[in-house]
Amino acid sequence: MFEATDLNRRAFLRVSAVAGGGLALTMTLPEMALAAQPAMPGATGGAMLGAFVTINPDNTITIVGKNPEIGQGIKTMLPMLIAEELDADWDQVRIVQGDSDVARYGPQLAGGSFATPMNWLPMRQTGAAARQMLLGAAAAQWGVEVASLTTEPGVVVHAASDRRATYGQLATAAAAMPVPDMAAVPLKPAAQFRIIGRAIGGVDSGRIVQGEAIFGVDTILPGMVYAAYERSPVFGARLVSADVAAAKAQAGVIDAFTVEGSGGAENLVDGVAVIGRNWWLANKARQVLNVQWDNGDWASHSTASYDASATQAWTSGTPQEVFQDKGDVDAAFAGAATVLEADYAYPFLAHVAMEPMNCTALMHADGSIEMWAPTQLPQGGQAAVAGYLGLPQDRVTVHITRMGGGFGRRLTNDYMVQVAAIAKRMPGTPVQLIWSREDDVRSDFYRPAGYHRLKAGLDAQGKLVGLSDHFITFDRPPGPFNPASMPATEFPANFVPNVRYGQTKLPTAVPMGALRAPTSNALAFVFQSFLDEVAHASGKDLPTLMIELVEGGTAEPTTNSGFAGPMPGFNPSRLVAVTRKVMEMSAWATPSGTGKAKGFGFYFSHLGYFAEVVEAGLDARGQVEIHNVWAAGDVGSHIINPHGAMNQAEGAIIDGLGQALQLAVEIEGGAVKQSNFHNYQLPRMPMMPQLHVEFVLSDNAPTGLGEPALPPVIPALTNALFALTGKRVRKLPIDVRQLV
Amino acid sequence: MAYRVKINGETRDIDAPQDMPLLWALRQELGMVGTKFGCGIGMCGACTVHLDGVATRSCALPVGSIGDKEVTTIEALGQSPVGAALQQAWLDEDVMQCGYCQAGQLMNASALLAANPSPSQEEIENHMRGNICRCACYKRINQAIARVAEEGTANV
Repeated sequence: MFEATDLNRRAFLRVSAVAGGGLALTMTLPEMALAAQPAMPGATGGAMLGAFVTINPDNTITIVGKNPEIGQGIKTMLPMLIAEELDADWDQVRIVQGDSDVARYGPQLAGGSFATPMNWLPMRQTGAAARQMLLGAAAAQWGVEVASLTTEPGVVVHAASDRRATYGQLATAAAAMPVPDMAAVPLKPAAQFRIIGRAIGGVDSGRIVQGEAIFGVDTILPGMVYAAYERSPVFGARLVSADVAAAKAQAGVIDAFTVEGSGGAENLVDGVAVIGRNWWLANKARQVLNVQWDNGDWASHSTASYDASATQAWTSGTPQEVFQDKGDVDAAFAGAATVLEADYAYPFLAHVAMEPMNCTALMHADGSIEMWAPTQLPQGGQAAVAGYLGLPQDRVTVHITRMGGGFGRRLTNDYMVQVAAIAKRMPGTPVQLIWSREDDVRSDFYRPAGYHRLKAGLDAQGKLVGLSDHFITFDRPPGPFNPASMPATEFPANFVPNVRYGQTKLPTAVPMGALRAPTSNALAFVFQSFLDEVAHASGKDLPTLMIELVEGGTAEPTTNSGFAGPMPGFNPSRLVAVTRKVMEMSAWATPSGTGKAKGFGFYFSHLGYFAEVVEAGLDARGQVEIHNVWAAGDVGSHIINPHGAMNQAEGAIIDGLGQALQLAVEIEGGAVKQSNFHNYQLPRMPMMPQLHVEFVLSDNAPTGLGEPALPPVIPALTNALFALTGKRVRKLPIDVRQLV
Repeated sequence: MAYRVKINGETRDIDAPQDMPLLWALRQELGMVGTKFGCGIGMCGACTVHLDGVATRSCALPVGSIGDKEVTTIEALGQSPVGAALQQAWLDEDVMQCGYCQAGQLMNASALLAANPSPSQEEIENHMRGNICRCACYKRINQAIARVAEEGTANV
């Protein structure tokens, strides 16, 4: 036990030492850098590989964006933190994307809304250290005290003697200054922020509107060929045979070969690779492969069979496992004045990032591999490819490309292993694997479907005294994160005296993974809808019930989440603040006009607190029409980039509404029935409601916004539809026929 | 089979079967990767180009069917005043999140404004409904188009 703890501590310290110490080591300034480091490909001037910050003699400043950019704005936002404390002139800042490199950058990932809490301090400390070195150089040059110096953007100033020097002029001398201790370096008081809090546009946007090559699938290498991959639509199937000769005979096809799976869907599934000089030709040749699959028993699986299994598990009564058991819930139900029971369900969902899965790879003559990868978890991809090829990780080079969306899909790097398996067969030839949209929809790691049988007991005063859930979920291979799970503390477990949560897992071969706000995107609907039922049964509204439930509660303690560092626990006072705010914004107490009604939802996820109100009606055709969404969010003391923040919150709200209204992946014959945007229908412009998003600033370190605005909008909508029609939506997506 | 197609004012030769969609000829025969693959069935609009000024889905447009019509892609959008104004409005409104669909959005929006310089809200929504933005930047896309409709091309 002691040993394990000690190892954990060392591992954590090692990572922070790289992030902290690494900042100093990689705070590379021009003269040092030119001697010590090869130039970064694609960068100009003195930008150096691995340097977080490079101050160039021409006053430009190069900052490495270390995390993968999926549209969450991180490539703009993390450099803003460095530039702020450096007191740089933002117009002089150039940003380049860093490669996958844990030793240089620490963890690099786009997931869990982790980047803001993980980087808020270290990125600012990096910038502050660089500024400190510039001040030191100026002090030495002018023979004055550091304390007598100030900075203006890009300039060190000695007011007393009216002397000024630009960062570029000081950079070379600053390189010889001692590197300050990161933890001790002074940070700006918030009142002096010039960049944090400023709405700054995406750093790549200017190139994107010109149609420049910037996404993974835009990678072009000399002599590159294209690959398509045929796999079974039935999950868990094995390849029996394929007519590769027929595919090879097709126009434009260079090669075709079978590939043996390895390590399950998360790594590599059996399939047939078709290589062509043009992807469209290679993909077309899949039609003549005449592949025979062994589906085993998996082809009998379907959404209908899962529905039946869930009902059966409920009927049999006892969950396989009880993971929350507090007080005496049976006694609470027996003594309750009112008992409510309800069954809730939600479907599998796909991610459908706009840029279909793809990856480019080149196996070099020396057996090392170089990859251009749109991945949210580059270090994970690097490890998976190294594992598959039997290479040490330093023989796998991963260039992180900008991505056309992620939403959690690109946390699983199966497409990287797939292209590695193909590239291995053609050393010296770069190959780009592209999936069709059909491949993408039918070969995803789906948001797990789930079923909840809920029961609540209220005493004579209408107080919630007992709560139970029999959750039906799916079994999946062990991994660091289980999206088919539910926390034992799922709200309101900590605020009700008697609680029992149990679960039963159904077997499946359907691959499952994290979808934006994993677990929360489903659980918010279930629990905030059921609490709305409880609120109605006790004669109050949901926001009032929420505030009453947490009354007198104290903030839960900070926990150490492992690689992401310490994470503060749920704080009831922040729930109350955003709830009151959104009630005010939406004029909650004032009824909507005829044919419209409002509903409320709150959720705490990914360290963010969001309370949302949806105002909805039904149009002449009986379709749901969303008029307004009000959202109040608390993600800490600062909104670092108001542009990015607003975009994330608004996008998450529409994403959630799309899930509520029209999205479902159904399983038939062991495969996904949906295939493309005609039968997996994303929101389009005409469905846009009026969006009103406001942030409640609180005295807490800033946290991320990729996810927390999504979960509460779903129950806010279904609760609005209940207020409007008296019909309770207990199954997603919403079936409008059930509303009349 | 070789086809001669006028793209962005230049005559280009494409050696491809007649049924190859223009999208794949642009991206992989000509190396013009600004036009994006999203669905392959004309449902998402990421691949939108102009064919004689009309917004057209290049993923469903066989190379052999283009004939004498002129193709304009995102790479040349800035050459028209409306296109340049839209590009600027896209930056001013900080429209995009991931940005992958934006080439198609811009091409469709510019075809709208070229044909109808002052569209109503409803006309904007109806015209743009063919373009999916998975990040759901619709509010800002709408605002950027409305801004150019209102201000014209004066800001370029």
